[in-house]
Amino acid sequence: MRTFGSLLVRGLIVGLLAGLLAGTFAFVTGEPRIDSAIAIEEANASAHSHDAGSGHHEHAAEEEPLVSRDGQRFGLFLAASLYGVALGGIFAVGFTLLRRRLRTSSDSYAALGLAAAGYVGIVLVPFFKYPPNPPAVGDPDTITQRTVTYLLTLVIGLLAVWAGVAASRWVQRFGDLPWIRLAGGGAALVLTVVVAYLILPKINEVPGTFPATLLWQFRLASLGTQTVLWTLLGIGYAAAIDRRTPVAASSKVVAA
Amino acid sequence: MTAPVSTSSVAVPALSPRLLAFALLTVGLALMLAYLVAFDQGALSRSGMYLHELMHDGRHLLGVPCH
Ligand SMILES: [Zn+2]
Repeated sequence: MRTFGSLLVRGLIVGLLAGLLAGTFAFVTGEPRIDSAIAIEEANASAHSHDAGSGHHEHAAEEEPLVSRDGQRFGLFLAASLYGVALGGIFAVGFTLLRRRLRTSSDSYAALGLAAAGYVGIVLVPFFKYPPNPPAVGDPDTITQRTVTYLLTLVIGLLAVWAGVAASRWVQRFGDLPWIRLAGGGAALVLTVVVAYLILPKINEVPGTFPATLLWQFRLASLGTQTVLWTLLGIGYAAAIDRRTPVAASSKVVAA
Repeated sequence: MTAPVSTSSVAVPALSPRLLAFALLTVGLALMLAYLVAFDQGALSRSGMYLHELMHDGRHLLGVPCH
């Protein structure tokens, strides 16, 4: 058995490493898209101010940004690492509290299952309703509404996963076949998500002039970044708590 | 609580009020950290918009609504 402290430290370290690597993935696949999007945004802004004829009323600040583009490229690694640490901490708590409810005797499968559940609920469910946008896409006036609805999809995603698990256990009464459990769980999850998608407001703020290919590439880069993060979190945590690994085997065994 | 798994193979400590308190504290701190990356505009970091701008690209690529 491990102490909570040991489970937590492993989560934080794995989260940090997963975040760093996800940041590297984002840097390679995402930064070129963000640069292109910012170029479009700046072109739009200058065109707009010429049209208005009123000069640089609100664009003056943009000429001397608080953080340079290079600074923001470095900041990407900082953001991804800190986000990874936060996720790693929450993941360790989730693992500690839910481990005994996950019906597997393998800690590795439990960690992987938890990561898969988190990925579906926290990444995929929000992604398909409110796909992430690059700069130049999105109305700044709706940022509060978009933030709230994004957080809502995140909570709904986790609820949908919970509904799926509960349903798959419930249908088990009628026949303990893998496909019945999978179908029952999948149906409950999809039903929850579809109902939520229908109720949540539609947001479509992509300007008609924004290149569709660039938008698609940015969204793929964003999805890839989060996929890398969650995959490494799950596999990394499974490895970190596995007592068969040499490092873990040397750690003290607590007498129950 | 149903415990269908033989607990000898399970790596986690048993639930206790103390464990729950630490778990809650951890989640609170982790959520603050996530908030700092994803949404803060100086209210929590006391750095004005500096940290917000610094982590701008990360926010976009982590899928958080930004601007
Ligand atoms: Zn932005």
